[in-house]
Amino acid sequence: MVEQAKTRLVAGPFNRVEGDLEVRLDVVDGHVGRAWVNAPLFRGIERVLEGRTPMDALVIAPRICGICSVSQSHAAALALGGVMGMAPTHNGQVATNLIVATENLADHLTHFHLFFMPDFARPDYEGRRWYAQAHERFAALRGSAVRGILQTRALALHVMGILAGHWPHTLAIQPGGLSRGVEKQDCVRLSGILGGVRAALEETLFGARLEEVAALSGVEDLQRWAEGRRGSDFSLFLRIAQDLALQSSGRSYDRFLSFGAYPGFGSDPGQRHWRSGIFETGAVRTLNMDDVSEDHTFSHMADMGRPLPPFEGATEPHMRANTAYSWSKAPRMAGLACETGALARQLMAGQPLVRALVARDGGNVLSRVVARLVEVARLVPMMEQWVRALRPGEAWCHSHTGDIPDGRAIGMTEAARGALGHWLCVEKGLIARYQIVAPTTWNFSPRDAAGVEGPLEYALKGARVHEGEQTPLSVQHIVRSFDPCMACTVH
Amino acid sequence: MVFTVLWLQSGGCGGCSMSLLCAQTPDLVAQLRGAGVEFLWHPSLSEQSGAEVRALLADILAGRVRMDALCLEGAVLRGPEGTGRYHVMGGTDLPMMEWVRNLAGLARYVVAVGSCSAYGGMAAASPNILDACGLQYEGVHPGGALGAGFRSGSGLPVVNIAGCPTHPGWVMETLALLAQDGLAAEDMDSVGRPRLYADQLVHQGCSRNEYYEYKASARQPAQLGCMMEYMGCVGTQAHADCNNRLWNGEGSCTRGGYACINCTAPEFEEPGHPFAQTPRIAGIPVGLPTDMPKAWFVALSALARAATPERVARNAVSDHLVVPPTCPRRDV
Repeated sequence: MVEQAKTRLVAGPFNRVEGDLEVRLDVVDGHVGRAWVNAPLFRGIERVLEGRTPMDALVIAPRICGICSVSQSHAAALALGGVMGMAPTHNGQVATNLIVATENLADHLTHFHLFFMPDFARPDYEGRRWYAQAHERFAALRGSAVRGILQTRALALHVMGILAGHWPHTLAIQPGGLSRGVEKQDCVRLSGILGGVRAALEETLFGARLEEVAALSGVEDLQRWAEGRRGSDFSLFLRIAQDLALQSSGRSYDRFLSFGAYPGFGSDPGQRHWRSGIFETGAVRTLNMDDVSEDHTFSHMADMGRPLPPFEGATEPHMRANTAYSWSKAPRMAGLACETGALARQLMAGQPLVRALVARDGGNVLSRVVARLVEVARLVPMMEQWVRALRPGEAWCHSHTGDIPDGRAIGMTEAARGALGHWLCVEKGLIARYQIVAPTTWNFSPRDAAGVEGPLEYALKGARVHEGEQTPLSVQHIVRSFDPCMACTVH
Repeated sequence: MVFTVLWLQSGGCGGCSMSLLCAQTPDLVAQLRGAGVEFLWHPSLSEQSGAEVRALLADILAGRVRMDALCLEGAVLRGPEGTGRYHVMGGTDLPMMEWVRNLAGLARYVVAVGSCSAYGGMAAASPNILDACGLQYEGVHPGGALGAGFRSGSGLPVVNIAGCPTHPGWVMETLALLAQDGLAAEDMDSVGRPRLYADQLVHQGCSRNEYYEYKASARQPAQLGCMMEYMGCVGTQAHADCNNRLWNGEGSCTRGGYACINCTAPEFEEPGHPFAQTPRIAGIPVGLPTDMPKAWFVALSALARAATPERVARNAVSDHLVVPPTCPRRDV
């Protein structure tokens, strides 16, 4: 067999990544040597926003993305609220948390069951001890888990039917609160929906109480737990992960970014339930938003000569076939590439199992997926509490009259797949500049001027490529472990 | 025989697929099976990725695999300068615009899922640097990526399941009817929408109808009143059954407390005024119900306003019910 041969693979169109994706790979000696991640679709929504009346952002911004739709709404409402000097009512904030959490929950369930797990049901894995079960449960569109999770997801999204009109693309989240007030009987129905979701997750995904999963605290603890829950889908994944050594796959820079999720912790509207920051080498650093900049060196964007902070940034498409290779910009924090997502959120939140997994092997396919599922188990009980914290009869949305003042503000929230920021400048009553930095823009960014690869590009290095593989499975697992949203990436 | 569907995405958000996954009674997979509809490939749901998809596309182009319907979600991006290179399908180096043109001629039906692929939608909003358009429309104008004269193998023009997003029921019922060859030209309205949902107005079934009758209007988000006079709602003109079919169980835009922005219509993305504000001329809202004489509307509104019960007037500007209806027996 001839080794050391360098071959070039082009993997695409990638599916189950919410949008279009192409990955070019240099394969050396059966492993990925270098990778180039290309978001091959340009959207240009920032340009649509510019020049419009600021409140129109509430209609336009959610339409950036069909899967992070209310996260985009939330970021837009926070940015507008920042400029207006307005914070939501108690009810508005709690209900918005419920809405954002519902999307986050639905996205995590969609990702695990419909986007990520079907790859283990491929015939390539025939012969593995877990294959029959994986195929029976997760074969795309056919597996026995598919219909069940569609039903659970659709049920969960009934929260949107009550609180947000519908999903995706609601206009209910306003700077001053929520456009829909609910009564006691609606709260009872919300609790009922969450009860149904809890039951379904406890029965099939976890085979255990959510609180038991949320309390998992260490690597051995997780192994013991998985042994005792062999019928559950989470346990099946853990067995697969162990067999395929997914903890050694897809490690990136181990520098994790979160903008903080769910405002209103401890009745402080500014404080978030899961805090913001950067997690690196076991420690948390405070965010400095002035450190955020976007580099265009390898993006099909007019070159600005240097990385620019979003408040000075622009989106001027410019095909540069000789250098650029993606429509994605390259966001950096103080010049450094960061990974964002549920793993970052749960690290920031101090969830002990997630901290232990990262302490052992960093961010990888295993720890990203475990963090997502642990987050599911933590989220539903929080949502149950938020329903009880709603106060029917009290105000839902502050009145807003008159024009929006000139000014600028950042709306920061967390989509399922990580940190989302909207940088808004209002001048003369109109949107003068609107720059969005989406989670997958961080994760799937191209290289920057210094040649530093984006987190996925770096994570793909070393991935195993078997003889004859055109779209290597290891690459697919790593790509999907980030739960990418390409629609947002190229907003 | 199954009805085979190839589903592609281009200049859009993917929200119509995400909405489709919300199908219920029964769930999406059961509905697809029941209707005899099978995805050759769907970007969110199918196993095949990369090389497998390229092979499938080659098989379809060569006639080795039958494609009954081509569904496109998202606008066709023609820019920059007509090259279509704002979206090159991953792994193929060929603009999606070309893929769509090459494949459309092979399909028995071509279906635009969502307002973007129907008319351009939000993707084509000003300044439209993408040069985005719909499959067979450019906003209100026939034309678009395939041209006004395009007919698929069945003889039908593009079926425009417009909406931003689309309701899962609209998509499933349209596909199920197509699978039975049960959707004819007369089942589509003047802008290509299936009449199964476009023959109703959002106003019909609106839970705020009593407020509308009395012109008891909301002026701030969360207030219970009618949103037509001040809040930008155009449900009286919008073609869709949202308030009878309902979304995610029991929702709709107006039930969620915000305006219907007529997202099933061509050029909804450019209302010419802030979305959530009703433009007014001489105190009268612009954009009255389309088939009602203006003088009648003004006269009826004035009468209704004068006759508004206290209950309706007070509730209209509250964010929760403050005055319940009285029980007639107790009043006697």
